[in-house]
Amino acid sequence: MITTTDVTGFLGARRGRSGLHWTDWLSYTYLAIGVMLVLLPIFWMFMSSIKSPRALVENDPRLLPYEQVTTPAPDGQRQLNVFELTRPDGSKADVAFVGPRGANARVYELGKPGDIFEAPRTALSRKDVISPRWENYTDPTIGSTQSRTFNFLRYFWNSTFVTVVATLMTLVVNAMAAFALSKYKFRGRDAIVLVIVATLLIPPTVILVPLFMTVSSLGMLNSLWGVIIPAVATPTGVFLLRQYMLTIPDELLEAARMDGASEWKIFWRIMLPLSMPALSVLAILSVMWRWNDFMWPLIVLTQSEVFTLQLGLSTFKGELNDNMHYLLAMTVLTLMPVTLVFVFLQKHITTGIANTGLK
Amino acid sequence: MATLELKKVTKTFGTTTVIHGIDLAINHGEFIVFVGPSGCGKSTLLRMIAGLEPVSTGDVTIDGAVVNDIPAAERGLAMVFQSYALYPHMSVRQNLSFGLENLKTPKPEIERRVAEAARMLQMDKLLERRPGQLSGGQRQRVAIGRAVVREPKIFLFDEPLSNLDAELRVQMRVEIGNLHQRLGNTMIYVTHDQVEAMTMADRIAVLKDGRLEQFGRPLDLYNRPANLFVAGFIGSPRMNFLTGELASTDQASATVALDAGGSVSVPCMAQAAASGAPVKLGVRPEHITVTDAGQGDVNLNVTITEQLGGESYLHGAMPSGEGLSVRLAGQTRVVRGDTVGLRLADPALRHLFDVASGKVFPPLT
Amino acid sequence: MTPPSPAPTTASAPALNPVAWGWTMLGDVLDGPFRALQGHIGANRMAYVFLVPNLLVFGLFSFWPMILNFYIAFTGGQSVLLAERPFVGLSNFRELLDCPSYLDPRTCPVAGFSFWTGLWNTLFFAVVQVPIMIVVALVTAVVLNRDIRARGFWRAVFFYPVMLSPVVIAVIWDWILKRRGILNALLDDGTTAWNSLVGGPGYFGVLVAFGLLIGWPLGSLLARRVRTLPPWLLRLGCAVLAAAGLALLAGRSGLTLADYRPINWLIDTRSGWPMFWVIFVYTWGHLGFYMLILLAGLQAIPKDLYEAAEMDGTSKSRAFWRITLPLLMPTMIVVLVLSLIRAFQVFDEVYVLTGGGPGQATKMIIQHVYESAFIGDAKRYGIAAASSVLVAGLLLILTLGQLAATRKKAGG
Repeated sequence: MITTTDVTGFLGARRGRSGLHWTDWLSYTYLAIGVMLVLLPIFWMFMSSIKSPRALVENDPRLLPYEQVTTPAPDGQRQLNVFELTRPDGSKADVAFVGPRGANARVYELGKPGDIFEAPRTALSRKDVISPRWENYTDPTIGSTQSRTFNFLRYFWNSTFVTVVATLMTLVVNAMAAFALSKYKFRGRDAIVLVIVATLLIPPTVILVPLFMTVSSLGMLNSLWGVIIPAVATPTGVFLLRQYMLTIPDELLEAARMDGASEWKIFWRIMLPLSMPALSVLAILSVMWRWNDFMWPLIVLTQSEVFTLQLGLSTFKGELNDNMHYLLAMTVLTLMPVTLVFVFLQKHITTGIANTGLK
Repeated sequence: MATLELKKVTKTFGTTTVIHGIDLAINHGEFIVFVGPSGCGKSTLLRMIAGLEPVSTGDVTIDGAVVNDIPAAERGLAMVFQSYALYPHMSVRQNLSFGLENLKTPKPEIERRVAEAARMLQMDKLLERRPGQLSGGQRQRVAIGRAVVREPKIFLFDEPLSNLDAELRVQMRVEIGNLHQRLGNTMIYVTHDQVEAMTMADRIAVLKDGRLEQFGRPLDLYNRPANLFVAGFIGSPRMNFLTGELASTDQASATVALDAGGSVSVPCMAQAAASGAPVKLGVRPEHITVTDAGQGDVNLNVTITEQLGGESYLHGAMPSGEGLSVRLAGQTRVVRGDTVGLRLADPALRHLFDVASGKVFPPLT
Repeated sequence: MTPPSPAPTTASAPALNPVAWGWTMLGDVLDGPFRALQGHIGANRMAYVFLVPNLLVFGLFSFWPMILNFYIAFTGGQSVLLAERPFVGLSNFRELLDCPSYLDPRTCPVAGFSFWTGLWNTLFFAVVQVPIMIVVALVTAVVLNRDIRARGFWRAVFFYPVMLSPVVIAVIWDWILKRRGILNALLDDGTTAWNSLVGGPGYFGVLVAFGLLIGWPLGSLLARRVRTLPPWLLRLGCAVLAAAGLALLAGRSGLTLADYRPINWLIDTRSGWPMFWVIFVYTWGHLGFYMLILLAGLQAIPKDLYEAAEMDGTSKSRAFWRITLPLLMPTMIVVLVLSLIRAFQVFDEVYVLTGGGPGQATKMIIQHVYESAFIGDAKRYGIAAASSVLVAGLLLILTLGQLAATRKKAGG
């Protein structure tokens, strides 16, 4: 029977006691399993992305990119698989597999192609070497025949362009609005704040059709601007920045006004630098939104020249189920920028998002 | 030359009026202190002069020109804020030069002025620091420096010392005084601390509830308070008030029957008042001497004695129940529980106020 | 050698870093026109100038479409031009709502079938996914709020999937869940390995391990009550008993598993696996975000409250139920509202992972909207807009209902 005190030992934070309670072990086990669930798929995919197509088709569950050794056949036309033969006396030799004969295999010892003999299949074991296939990465990026449909560099550029431009615009446009709504008194201010907060409740996914028509009538279909501009004025951004700017003392602005700064200069030189914490949170959110955005680009962009990485990847997945090696490699490339950003700014990102509670 | 004049200036926020028509003329080079309890409108008045609050009615003129509609930046004033309002993301140097850059001052000129202000305020070594790395007194200096480099026509100070500890406050008081000596500019200084007002001002404007109670030199306010409020506000410890009623008046004096017993005469012009009118007799604690019980003008039952060594204070109650304080030079043998007699000093140092209007009966001139 | 040119002698300000310099310059360049404008209209009216860009974009791409949506819902045809769209009254809504039974979408017209299938799937998805995710997120947050070593690391790892795009997440899991995928391979290998272990001398190892795993903690608990026997004896006894019990109940053959037959996780129509994995993958990708918010909420609870409770002799479980949970409630409400609203809008992950299949088994409501408007030859914008109106109404009721519930709770 587990008593209540044991369950509750788990619920409370145990600080300042030496040794590990069994609840500590349970916690660490839980965390370890969780971390495995999170990281293993990604790690495994990374390891598989440098495997040969054959290893992927064979569904080799080994982590490392093993590949069977081959040797050119004597006729020079095909590659023969190499096995390790264990002779009845226990000695071993590398043999090339020529063909099957009943339960036996016809093989020859490497270096002696003339001397073909039969050996029981059970005495043969695959001879593997580790050979990472970096071509999986280079082929689609440089553009080989097989992977023409995945123009990585173009998609990467499109995604980067959308992310960077949209984030800069989001920051400036929303910061200006937040400044006006937090530091000036004018008629209609409270109404505007109310409308903006209300739209936080209406998700953008329910205006797909009219938004599409608006964008289409402005001639922005199949243009990256059609992806960038509609979501620049995000209520989340205004809300987040305004809340922060309200905490900046008005006396600073008055001091700047006494110092002869124009309202623009107050915004640019005082408000923006002082709002850095909120701005960087919004920047992080915006980068995440834009880089990972899928649905809206899917609607606006239909030509592959303007595809973002996410669109390219999903299309690639649909088209080429047998080119798993390219797909995995490209998936790794797609998640790499976000991962690198996360590795370096991890603390900043997690604390920033935890503090705002918005995404 | 920079003179400032307020003409019937009022300020209303919505339906509440916080400044009720103030007239004030300030001469060039004067150090003026606005003093009053919190909420009296002194800061609002300063902000209207600065241009940070629009004037509801009336005029603010600087050097004779009405500046009501001129933005703060163009009035040629500089202000030191209560919170200092230093730009936290800029170095001290940038804080000082930001305003000059906005005015398109040439670079060498900016550097000269910054260096000069830094030397004057002894913060040469702090120029590359951020405000966050400075102590309270240093921040205060930077805030003043930011005003100095602008070479403004008028300096405005909004309770600049209220965030400092007592010792530093005394020191900064002296420094601001020196600064005024050196620059000779007009300065307007807002505070709720009457000691600061007395020690620093050329002239003091005492404000209460948005009205100007009295405007004059510090000692005039001390010696000739115009009303009960000013009498009570200026001077520490505050003036004692003894209630009573007017017994009789003549051309040069009035006789008051005190509630605490006895009657005293005060030289003043009070013929207009009817006898029997309620009045208050004001006597400062330092203008009272102690004798044996029953010997003086009134008796005091001492409840607290404070011995400071060089001076002593007695606090107690008179027979009427009213409280009263006495300041004595040197040390005293009076202890708690004693009853002593009080003698009100020199009749010229007594003030008589009309309770109905709060005004003083004018002293003889 | 040329002598270096004499450095400027003025004690000038140290050079700003290039970013700061560029920032200042850009601000100064833009200052000209803005200052001129300010001179014209006055400082206070500059507020409108600052608002203009945002309101322009917001109005054109958020506010106006919201209004437009209602109009489109009453029009038919396939044109994107409003002028060419005939007004059809309520016919779109009729097509969506004209069903003998909403519970059985097959009785509806074509559009209604798609709508109601998506709606019921989404409802099922939300009702199952949200509670599971919140509970797991809360447990994780509580574990991380303990005196855990390397908390930052764990927190970062759990949050990491949130950074990944839905497409990437879907590709990864699709690859894992294929018929010839890594999960099937693992299960197959695992089954084989287990059977060979149980079949050989490893059987006894399994018994010992099981005995220790169950018996040891059981013995420890028992040791608190039973003081007459030494704890090690209790533990050992429990372990032996547990091992013997397993051996008696299951025996060697009982522990042997049947040969593993690979499951088509995402395509198997007869099982609930596709929906299960959709829920799993979505939770995998979003859990970290809510965990982070709940953790922040937990850490915001002042520690001295727990110390005070300890001084009062409050048990840990009581402290959890009476201090932690009530103080965490505001955060929980935020998490609940956010996760429900987002669960209702699920699209990306599911669309890439299963495409709504097999059949319509994982088709969500937003996918219905998307496909009505943008997929196939017949672009039924009117149907999509009408569906959007219904979904928005549903979401609004949901949110307001939750807010009202919160308010009532806070008030009472």
